Amino acid sequence: MLEKVLYGSKRYYTWIVFLMIIIIFGFTAYLEQFNTGLGITGMSRDVTWGLYISQFTFMVGVAASAVMVAIPYYLHDHKTFGPIVILGEFLAVAAVIVCMLFILCDMGQPTRFLNIVLHPTPNSVMFWDMCVLLGYLLLNLIIGWTILGADKKGISAPHWTKVLTYIAIPWAVSIHTVTAFLYAGLPGRYYWLTAIMAGRFLASAFAAGPALLIILCLILRKYTSFKTSKEAIQSLAVIVTYAMIANVFFFLLEVFTAFYSNIPGHMAALQYLFVGLNGHNNLVPFMWTAAILAFLGIGLLLVPSMRRNEKVLTIALAAVFIAAWLDKGIGLVLAGFVPNSFERVTEYIPSSTELAIVLGVYAIGFLILTILYKMVVAVREQSMVEH
Amino acid sequence: MNRRDFLKVIAAAGIGGIVVMEGLDDFRVEAAEMNKDSNALQAKHWGMVIDISKFQKPEDIQRVANACHQYHNVPDIKDPKHEVKWIWKEDFEHAFAEMESKYLSEKIKTMNFPVLCNHCEEPMCVRVCPTKATFKRPDGIVVMDYHRCIGCRYCMAGCPYGARSFNFIDPRPHIGMMNHDYPTRAIGVVEKCTMCVERLNKGLKPICVEVSRGGIIFGDLNDPNSEVRKVLRSNFAIRRKAELGTGPSVYYVIGGDEEGA
Repeated sequence: MLEKVLYGSKRYYTWIVFLMIIIIFGFTAYLEQFNTGLGITGMSRDVTWGLYISQFTFMVGVAASAVMVAIPYYLHDHKTFGPIVILGEFLAVAAVIVCMLFILCDMGQPTRFLNIVLHPTPNSVMFWDMCVLLGYLLLNLIIGWTILGADKKGISAPHWTKVLTYIAIPWAVSIHTVTAFLYAGLPGRYYWLTAIMAGRFLASAFAAGPALLIILCLILRKYTSFKTSKEAIQSLAVIVTYAMIANVFFFLLEVFTAFYSNIPGHMAALQYLFVGLNGHNNLVPFMWTAAILAFLGIGLLLVPSMRRNEKVLTIALAAVFIAAWLDKGIGLVLAGFVPNSFERVTEYIPSSTELAIVLGVYAIGFLILTILYKMVVAVREQSMVEH
Repeated sequence: MNRRDFLKVIAAAGIGGIVVMEGLDDFRVEAAEMNKDSNALQAKHWGMVIDISKFQKPEDIQRVANACHQYHNVPDIKDPKHEVKWIWKEDFEHAFAEMESKYLSEKIKTMNFPVLCNHCEEPMCVRVCPTKATFKRPDGIVVMDYHRCIGCRYCMAGCPYGARSFNFIDPRPHIGMMNHDYPTRAIGVVEKCTMCVERLNKGLKPICVEVSRGGIIFGDLNDPNSEVRKVLRSNFAIRRKAELGTGPSVYYVIGGDEEGA
């Protein structure tokens, strides 16, 4: 099937070359970090995790969101999702690989990464996160590849793929739950120390992931022969709507608990994010942008006439995606380190090298996604010709 | 050899390999199983009591910190974002930030508190470490294997005391006077106070205790007759963030005549 990725239009090749250039650019930046150490990033003794770990966290959500297509299709026989299930699975594959690369970029001693396997430590959530992510990658790769292979031959997929799809559903929930547990069990980090963290993670993921998937479907519809039905897109848009409402609701629960109880430790991170703390307010504009975009997105999605207009829908989905990204891909991880153990505030500004590496990793993700989607489109085109 | 036989041989070799690996595993030595000298100091639960009255001047802490940092080849990095420190000075309002007191006495407010790793009974850093690079010894000391650390910094997110430092930059050019009897660290690993396990092994007390002029009392918290327990019996002592359930093994007493405590 992989041979299909070698033949494409001029636009396809231009896109691949563009991604390759960013990847080389990012890889050069990574070599610089590899040689000089993490001191080249904006991270510090107080803010020990930065963009790498926050992007990892956000992308685990994108990976998990494939389940929002799989559950309606496999468990509720929602037939309109049939053609796009594989897009969800391949999006998960690309997203998990991106996650793993971000973890690798964040390591002070990347050449020792096998120590996690050589010295398995069940009391560390990070060990379990590695296990579930690896398992989820394999599940989606095997399921997607086999189903597409069967499609190509014009036969139905072997029965065991169905068993794997049933396993993949709770597995998807597990990857984001375990990722939330990385944070939710740490004493003294009050922004993270909350029982609703995993719920919030899943809600935000089930809004941002399908929003991205719809946008990808619309791009495929515009530039390729892969035409996702209006019904499928509308169904997914409804899922995005209610997931985003749940996400905002969960966030407001945090705000209530912090401010009604009036406990300084619980209020500090939220104050830092929305009004600034001790004169430090780098993230304030980002968080207010997120808040406005979240309500804008929900507003547009809730009104049926607007949601059905695909131009408006695209704006609404972009608003939801960016809002979720600002909240989880920026605010959540960084504000957990504010204030530090001594009630001081240290701010974090990513360095240019760090940003280049982040771009490079995302470019690798897009390249993998492009290759996988290209295979899907080519196989579908072929079967259309044959039947 | 046909394909079937070939696969059989491969499978057999694979299983054999796993058995051999498992056998080799028995010879693997965990870092915790370090050899002990015959005159090594031993305890069930090492702990410290820090007498703040002996740290009247900032220089009193500086002397202790310098001794510790020089002994352990801790780099002297000026940039606070990248600095590495094992023991250092904080004031009450930051060291004990959770004990908010509106009308703190001037005396307490201006006192100097040496802060360091608390060698917790329930160390969060040990719980979160994905490679067992940080571990707790049977005598209660929390130490690290710098060669196993992958530099993920999960322990730094987990530690509620800010006791851990990461080598963001190569530490070696920043070591003033190299102590050739103690190793240096590589870039990209976390480090912290070790309660001088290597000195205990030789029958010596931690270096900070030695140079503190009685300001740091060291002993077995498990032994009711130890010096630390005697001090704790007759003084009001506090621990940093004990409410988190970490069980810190470092106690602070105001000392002197307990005036202003």
